[in-house]
Amino acid sequence: MNSRVTLEDYGEFKTAWCPGCGNFPILKALKEALVGLQLRPHEVLLVSGIGQAAKTPHYLNANVFNGLHGRALPVATGAKLANPGLTVIVESGDGCVYGEGGNHFLAAIRRNVDLTLLVHNNQVYGLTKGQASPTSQEDFVTRAQPHGVFSSPFNPVAVAVVMKAGFVGRAFAGMTDLLVGLIQEAVCHRGFALIDILQPCVSFNRVNTYAWYKERCAPVPETHDPTDWEAAMRLAMEWGDRIPVGLIYRNDRPSFEEHIPVLKDGPLIGRSVDRSKLASIMETYV
Amino acid sequence: MAGGRSEVNILMGGEAGQGLQTVGEILARVLVRSGYSVHVTQTYESRVRGGHNTFAVRCGIQTVRAPRETADLLVALNEETVVLHQRDLSPEGFILADASLAMKDERVIPVPLKELSSDSYTNTAALGAACAVLGLEEEVAQRTLRDRLGEGRPKVLELNQEAFSKAYAWSVGQLASPLKLAPALRSEGRLLMTAHEAIALGAISAGVRFCAFYPMSPSTSVPMTMIRWADEMGLVVEQAEDEIAAVNMCIGASYAGAPSLVATSGGGFALMTEGVSLAGVTETPLVVVVAQRPGPGTGLATRTEQADLWLVLHGGHGEFPKAVFAPGSIEECFHLTRRAVELAERYQSPVFILTDHYMADSYRDTAPFAVEELPFVPAVADPSELEAPYLRYRITKDGLSPRLLPGLSGNLVVADSHEHTEDGHMTEDLSVRPRMVDKRMRKEDGLRAEVIPPTYVGDTPPEILMVCWGSSRGIVEEAAKILESKGRRVAAMHFSQLWPLIPEQILHRLEAAERVVSVESNATGQLAGLIRRETGFCIEERILRYDGLPLTPEYVIRALDA
Repeated sequence: MNSRVTLEDYGEFKTAWCPGCGNFPILKALKEALVGLQLRPHEVLLVSGIGQAAKTPHYLNANVFNGLHGRALPVATGAKLANPGLTVIVESGDGCVYGEGGNHFLAAIRRNVDLTLLVHNNQVYGLTKGQASPTSQEDFVTRAQPHGVFSSPFNPVAVAVVMKAGFVGRAFAGMTDLLVGLIQEAVCHRGFALIDILQPCVSFNRVNTYAWYKERCAPVPETHDPTDWEAAMRLAMEWGDRIPVGLIYRNDRPSFEEHIPVLKDGPLIGRSVDRSKLASIMETYV
Repeated sequence: MAGGRSEVNILMGGEAGQGLQTVGEILARVLVRSGYSVHVTQTYESRVRGGHNTFAVRCGIQTVRAPRETADLLVALNEETVVLHQRDLSPEGFILADASLAMKDERVIPVPLKELSSDSYTNTAALGAACAVLGLEEEVAQRTLRDRLGEGRPKVLELNQEAFSKAYAWSVGQLASPLKLAPALRSEGRLLMTAHEAIALGAISAGVRFCAFYPMSPSTSVPMTMIRWADEMGLVVEQAEDEIAAVNMCIGASYAGAPSLVATSGGGFALMTEGVSLAGVTETPLVVVVAQRPGPGTGLATRTEQADLWLVLHGGHGEFPKAVFAPGSIEECFHLTRRAVELAERYQSPVFILTDHYMADSYRDTAPFAVEELPFVPAVADPSELEAPYLRYRITKDGLSPRLLPGLSGNLVVADSHEHTEDGHMTEDLSVRPRMVDKRMRKEDGLRAEVIPPTYVGDTPPEILMVCWGSSRGIVEEAAKILESKGRRVAAMHFSQLWPLIPEQILHRLEAAERVVSVESNATGQLAGLIRRETGFCIEERILRYDGLPLTPEYVIRALDA
């Protein structure tokens, strides 16, 4: 058990993804990041929703809770509060997290439970075959939106920064080294960490392709101070000829768990009921 | 009446913000501490100030487990109460009100409440007068005031105690105590609590460690009670962003190993049903309290109904085993919640507890629970005793797969909402599907073998058999008793567990009765429908109430004789 953790520990599995899918490099980066952190599979809990991205937890060795579309964050929140000793990583797509689960996304940022949220953001619904997602750009034409998307796109990074999320990163699936480093930083961050991972969909998004992202994605300037909220907001809003990727914003507000007195005594699991305390509580009902 | 009355029904009324609930609860507690049995019914409007609210305390030397329609003592904190409830007074009843309202009704006992107390304390003065009229000892009442109002607010307590004393002394001096209670028969030490307090305490006693909720009347008092004791008992209770989050948080916490409970009402439960189904397929223990109120839609937010039986029975798409409880007393609230937690853990399934608004707020006396002796065995497997490799959904004879917790051993715990193979990973292998469905449904055989049969009181075979569930237990049993005393052969059958429903437990009862009547607080007879579906027995006669008020023994008897 004391041997070093290697990529083999996380295994190699057959996937249900299209050849060339942006999910492959993200899966690879995740495994490399976990190995880099020397976390053992049984110390990690991967929680996901539904969608192509949400299948990721099935393709590596770890504890898994693959729940409902949009509802990965609440499950992860409950699991982390029950056992703060688990390293909890939520993995899902833009439709799952920003669409169906939008309210949970906002609440998770506010709560600041120590979770890492990796969003595979390909700006389209893949599993249901090509409808617009909350992050699809305006005028994006699909068979469900034949006149193009009318709604303005959701900017998760800007929303997370404006709400002062603990850790906000943007990454591109095609820049895996940067992604590996960012995942490691996110996992080590004590509190809620978002990485919005731009990811091409080779089947349904002919606009935001590998080439399109490659042309635009550039690491955030070395001079950027991620604790400077205003500078972070400016980077978060940058979405055009240049899309900055890397750590956009961070702060050190205490995690949600740190506020809970009960958790100072350890996880909620495996505790027995204190009957004498219960008996004295019962006395107050006399 | 020589020796005092064996029973008095006190109806207190006022507007929201007058402290009606506070003094009502104190009166109920003084009665219990004095050795009487109590039953409280509260009505209020969906507002924080104004409107018209009532707090009815029926008390007696014998056990009281139902409301009564006529009041013997009307305690009116405002004029509106006198006007609205004059007609509810029993022939020998009185109205206790400020002297300024003496003109409104000749039965008013005019206590100078406003003269005896400063403005904010007329409610406590009225309490003092009521205690005097009932012949309760001042010392018990003063001690109760101290316990309930004393903490951290000495000035407030002092003013309350003063108002109480003056009104009590005045009333003892001026009144002949026409409603004096007969000497109590019970010993001290009984508890006073509401159904939802009993559910929360039952859950805590059974080892529940996590609760998530989104506020919704009338369910909120369950998590509020858990929050009250969370730090002391080591629980985390989280107010979620919505009901969907609440149920999913509980599933996450439960998966990780913290026994979890979520509470909501019908509308919130409707939002939770996908989560319930998730608990079913992932085989995650989950206890759901559904406190019913009248629907559809927003319905009547602060009134009562029993119309969500079918919603809960069918809540969650797909097929998976579950159990549904509907406690009919404080004791059942406590013990059936413990049972719900235990079954959820053991069968790795969702288990439901149905209450309603009437019951949620109904304070009653109960014998103390022997908490020192209550067992709890967490139903988690020991990894060292398991066959390798660990398979979360190993196919077994009884359908129960040994459950491990993530992170506590080298084993990986993989749970999935898709149909999955034994190792927990999603599959579209259609030969796996029926085997997994069968495995899950085999757990129902176990649940069926452990069903609590309905309670049956009264004649066998009866002329009339009344069938009821949940909160109406005390009401229907009292109606049966009254009819019995008039020479009728009557029985009452109460379901505290509604699912699984076992025909062999009930058919002989139904078939033996000359007349079977279902008594329910809904418009369609949902229990009667369920019984017909499961047994083929058609209960044609139904007593249904759906005006938002609880059933009463009088209501049932009137409907039976109509």
